[in-house]
Amino acid sequence: MKEILELLRKNAKLTAKDIAKSLKKNVSSVEGTIAKLEKKGVILGYKAIIDENKIKDFNPVRAIIEVQVAPKRNLGFDYIAKRIYKFPEVRTCYLVSGAYELQLVVEGKDIHRVAEFVAEKLAPLEGVKGTVTHFFLKKYKEDGVIFGKKDENHRMNISL
Amino acid sequence: MKINVSKKSASITPSGIREFFDLVLGMEDIISLGIGEPDFVTPWNICEAGIYALEKGYTSYTSNQGLLSFRKTIAQYLKKKYNLGYHPEKEILITVGTSEAYDLAIRALINPSDEVLIPEPSYVSYYSVTQLAGGKPKYLSTHETGFKVTPKMLQEAISNKTKILLLNYPSNPTGITYTVNELKNIAKIVKANNLIVISDEIYGDLTYDFQHTPFASISGMQSHTVYINGFSKAYAMTGWRVGYACGPENVIDAMNRIHQYTMLCAPIMSQMAAQEALINGDNACLEMKKEYKRRREYVISRLGEMGFTFPYPAGAFYIFASVKNTGLTGKEFSCRLLKEKKVAVVPGVAFGTEFKNKYYIRVCYTTEFEKLKKALNKIEQFLKEL
Ligand SMILES: Cc1ncc(COP(=O)(O)O)c(C=O)c1O
Repeated sequence: MKEILELLRKNAKLTAKDIAKSLKKNVSSVEGTIAKLEKKGVILGYKAIIDENKIKDFNPVRAIIEVQVAPKRNLGFDYIAKRIYKFPEVRTCYLVSGAYELQLVVEGKDIHRVAEFVAEKLAPLEGVKGTVTHFFLKKYKEDGVIFGKKDENHRMNISL
Repeated sequence: MKINVSKKSASITPSGIREFFDLVLGMEDIISLGIGEPDFVTPWNICEAGIYALEKGYTSYTSNQGLLSFRKTIAQYLKKKYNLGYHPEKEILITVGTSEAYDLAIRALINPSDEVLIPEPSYVSYYSVTQLAGGKPKYLSTHETGFKVTPKMLQEAISNKTKILLLNYPSNPTGITYTVNELKNIAKIVKANNLIVISDEIYGDLTYDFQHTPFASISGMQSHTVYINGFSKAYAMTGWRVGYACGPENVIDAMNRIHQYTMLCAPIMSQMAAQEALINGDNACLEMKKEYKRRREYVISRLGEMGFTFPYPAGAFYIFASVKNTGLTGKEFSCRLLKEKKVAVVPGVAFGTEFKNKYYIRVCYTTEFEKLKKALNKIEQFLKEL
């Protein structure tokens, strides 16, 4: 099961047949395992990795936002986190250790939308004590994938 | 004036598949399953160690034997991994790739007309290197014994001129390897006939189903063996050109005496990068191995379904498949596959006698999965259209 997940995490396009052959299992058992993982919510979905710099008008503005928040009695940080991550503008939300509590990645059509979101929605929330916004300038690597031109192996076509 | 080259160099047989090679090298947009080196680039921590070495100004010669701290790392690594004890100051020599190591070993050991037994199909260099050293290469064909040397075959091939047995396992081009028991049985013959074994174990870390056993670790064999290894394959470092030889003090000393005048030393920055590979490269090595293993299962399964037969490839990244039931020779198969489907494989005759290897091809799985799949689909189509 772990091996199947490992393979799919690298390449979600692999078919059950490919996986079965690569792991020396039979196809129906691989299909069964994947179905179970999907049903149990271990696999939440499949999506494409897109280098947005390579196409026009597909380049939303993103910012990392550090949010200082106060925990709520009996609920800890979960309550305030939920109030925040439910906004569709929030693409990512982590509770982290250190000088602030929540780290968000917020997305908007342009810089104004992101600023607006912070000023009008995020900062005024009860429990939010402060925010620091860092706009993304360039994406080099995300989730193990390097963007832009990959370092390729420059092998000859044939060797013994 | 036309310069006459030496008889020796002229006598080295140009490989019978030169034309095929030139054809492949000149073509674009092909998928090659004919590349005997990793598709991965060197893991970053290793590259970084090389860059750091350059930045720090390590651009000089090292001692002939190689950096002592690197030899110590190798000694520790062999001790820990295989319980093999080699003295870093006397029994280890750093070479420019595994290639230089077996060249030196053969040159350091051979007297004119001494025989070197080379199991075939085999990696291409051993035969010519033996000839260049003035020795007599003698092929042992393993096609009828599961592509493995057997004690019987060995015993029958030994003459009073036989000095060296060259082993390479896991093997290029077959991927076969030996179990401890098989090695023990070979060791008995080696011992009884006072043979020296040069053991090229460059694919040792790419053994997929069980732990690799160095020949030198078989009881009584360390004093008979020159153990040879390198970084090209398991650490994806072909371009760095580092390898090493371990063996009895007098043999390493003899090899070093040739090495000091012909090569001087291996590149210092490569030695430093390779040291990093041994110290911190395990993870990257295991990740690559895992990937090769999955590809191996995939290719075995696909080729099997297509009706090819081949010895079980327990290691390295090769499959040596018979194409006999297509009615084509390996060379014809390779040429037509290249022209009709733009997929390259290597004709088996590149790896030994024409007679025995005529109906074989070597398939490498040093290509990323999606391409590998595409290439196999094309081979399947090719077979249907034959
Ligand atoms: C069996 C074998 N030995 C040695 C080598 C060459 O290794 P190196 O790059 O360490 O010289 C190869 C490369 O293909 C090989 O297959």
